[in-house]
Amino acid sequence: MSAPESSPKSLFDKLWNAHLVQAQTEATPAIIYIDLHLVHEVTSPQGFDLLREKGIPVRRPDLTLATLDHSTPTLPAGADGIRPYYTEQARHQVHTLRDNCREFGIELHDWDSPSRGIVHVMGPELGATRPGMTIVCGDSHTSTHGAFGALAFGIGTTEVGHVLATQCLLQTKPKSMRINVAGKLAGGVTAKDLALNIIHYLGMNGGTGYVIEYAGEAVRNLDMESRMTLCNLTIEAGARAGMIAPDATTIEYLRGRPKAPKDAAFETAAESWLQLASDPGAEFDHEINLDGSAIRPTITYGTDPGMSVAIGEPVPPAANESQAKALKYMGFSAGQSLGERKVDVVFIGSCTNGRISDLRAVAKVLHGRHVAGHVRMLVVPGSEDVRKQAEDEGLHETIIKAGAEWRLPGCSMCLAMNGDIVAPGETAVSTSNRNFEGRQGSGSRTLLASPETAAACAVIGHVAGVSELQPLQESR
Amino acid sequence: MQAISQVTGPILVLEQENIDTDQIIPARFLTSTSFAGIGEHAFADWRFDTNGDAIADHVLNQSRARRSPILVAGHNFGCGSSREHAPRALLGFGFRVVISSQIADIFRNNSQNVGLLPVVLDKDQFASLLQMDGQEITVDLEQCRVLVSAADGGEQSWPFTIDPFARHCLLRGLDRFEFLVQANDAITAYEEGR
Ligand code: SF4
Repeated sequence: MSAPESSPKSLFDKLWNAHLVQAQTEATPAIIYIDLHLVHEVTSPQGFDLLREKGIPVRRPDLTLATLDHSTPTLPAGADGIRPYYTEQARHQVHTLRDNCREFGIELHDWDSPSRGIVHVMGPELGATRPGMTIVCGDSHTSTHGAFGALAFGIGTTEVGHVLATQCLLQTKPKSMRINVAGKLAGGVTAKDLALNIIHYLGMNGGTGYVIEYAGEAVRNLDMESRMTLCNLTIEAGARAGMIAPDATTIEYLRGRPKAPKDAAFETAAESWLQLASDPGAEFDHEINLDGSAIRPTITYGTDPGMSVAIGEPVPPAANESQAKALKYMGFSAGQSLGERKVDVVFIGSCTNGRISDLRAVAKVLHGRHVAGHVRMLVVPGSEDVRKQAEDEGLHETIIKAGAEWRLPGCSMCLAMNGDIVAPGETAVSTSNRNFEGRQGSGSRTLLASPETAAACAVIGHVAGVSELQPLQESR
Repeated sequence: MQAISQVTGPILVLEQENIDTDQIIPARFLTSTSFAGIGEHAFADWRFDTNGDAIADHVLNQSRARRSPILVAGHNFGCGSSREHAPRALLGFGFRVVISSQIADIFRNNSQNVGLLPVVLDKDQFASLLQMDGQEITVDLEQCRVLVSAADGGEQSWPFTIDPFARHCLLRGLDRFEFLVQANDAITAYEEGR
């Protein structure tokens, strides 16, 4: 099973071994220790119920961090101070998390916290997410945190209860895969485009049973926010987790973050983080080599994130019945130009692309331009931190002036449970991560793309790429 | 968790591949703080139109759907969101077993935790099963076999593999939590050794 001490180890092996409380046997799974448990309102209430039922406390409230994001409204409170929750049940869910955090002594980033945000945006910003950690959350996009060289994955609510009670999880060791992306990404090609191409290559289930390590020049050159986008989308290929070895980029991102170690302790930690990289000669169950320089800006056209094409390409023919059904749902036919499709909604946000660099990219496209008259555009920062930064830089002014709505942080239109919804039959170009049937509202049709592409679609009013924007008139 | 050793009954086939957990239970049904009644919302967007009216001819709205303990669903079942509400909704709807040619990792884990038996069959056998909608079969967890009557009156027996610990717990209706609790000393020792 596990390689002898002296043999070269992968990043994943190092993390796995360092967190083994009890090794896996033929009859029983491994018990692994969890360094950080992120909690939100939707998948936690029944987990806390387990504790009450058994009369036990949260074992390590100090390793547990909670936020409100999924069912929270992104419109501000009214003059009466009442927040416009989508349903009474949503309000109750949020209040339940607040009560649970108070009862069990857990740090909650509530409405009044300057750090509240989408769980996978907030953790890294606070420096709570650090290299070498095991991180879990009742949310599949926990894979985001792997960008820091952490082993991070989503769990179910029963397991949320397990971690609250024991700080441990039962796990069978997944297989390992390394994806090497050689070369440089071309100008205008983002981590989102890279990720969509990887999912297209692997297929929606190509990663099932694996933890993926991303490596190669194109990955090394990504900044931290782009790395998070890439790891975030790993789950869309079915993999448990995605990870990238920590390097100087990782260390500089973490320096000075509120929950990161300080001063000398930081330097010591940073040195140990650099040791986590996969050893030369480390073995993987599967290895894939891709050419990053061949990737072009990409958009999805179907109902799984693997159904994508380079912008400008026509809709490909369906390869099987499922794809035929997807095309029908989306109202596309093979050979059709995607550019014919009128766009009704543009959503900028989510744990995939709701960070400051994403909003800067959007503002850059929108600057001096206006959103097409028939398009409704929502820009939703991933966290209060992102919102503040964007407002300090004046990005929100550009966004509002262009005719888009500037909202409060939250998951928003990513999953249609908080009031931000795409209407039946509408086409949305979205920077989020899932284009499943009905994901953004019953009957909604979602095209996934990068923030740049989504903003260009908003301006042009049809599916389009940045290169199709009219150049701005020089002001004199 | 209810123990499960042998399930016999008619199968319900949903041939579509990549049925994600948003299809099994749309996000708008996740605001409850309990799992009670969640089965009523299973596949809500398939079973009901946008006005909330039941789509009468949908297979999941036929009376046999509620009498089929075994769901047979296309490749890569349960992908997407980690919501445990998905296997809970299937259980609430009346299924005890889900069979596919591939089942997504988190969904499989969640199913095992809540007492829904996930079975992955070999591609060819699975393809034959897809043609048997409504037919009675037996899923035997003790023997790790799916038993299907053949056209000639004989019986076909298809093996499947399942994580041995998951099998152990499902057969006895054991909560995996107890296994973790028993490791408490090891957990404390690990914490002290860091
Ligand atoms: S933004 Fe979307 S994918 Fe991310 S945590 Fe929220 S709902 Fe999940």
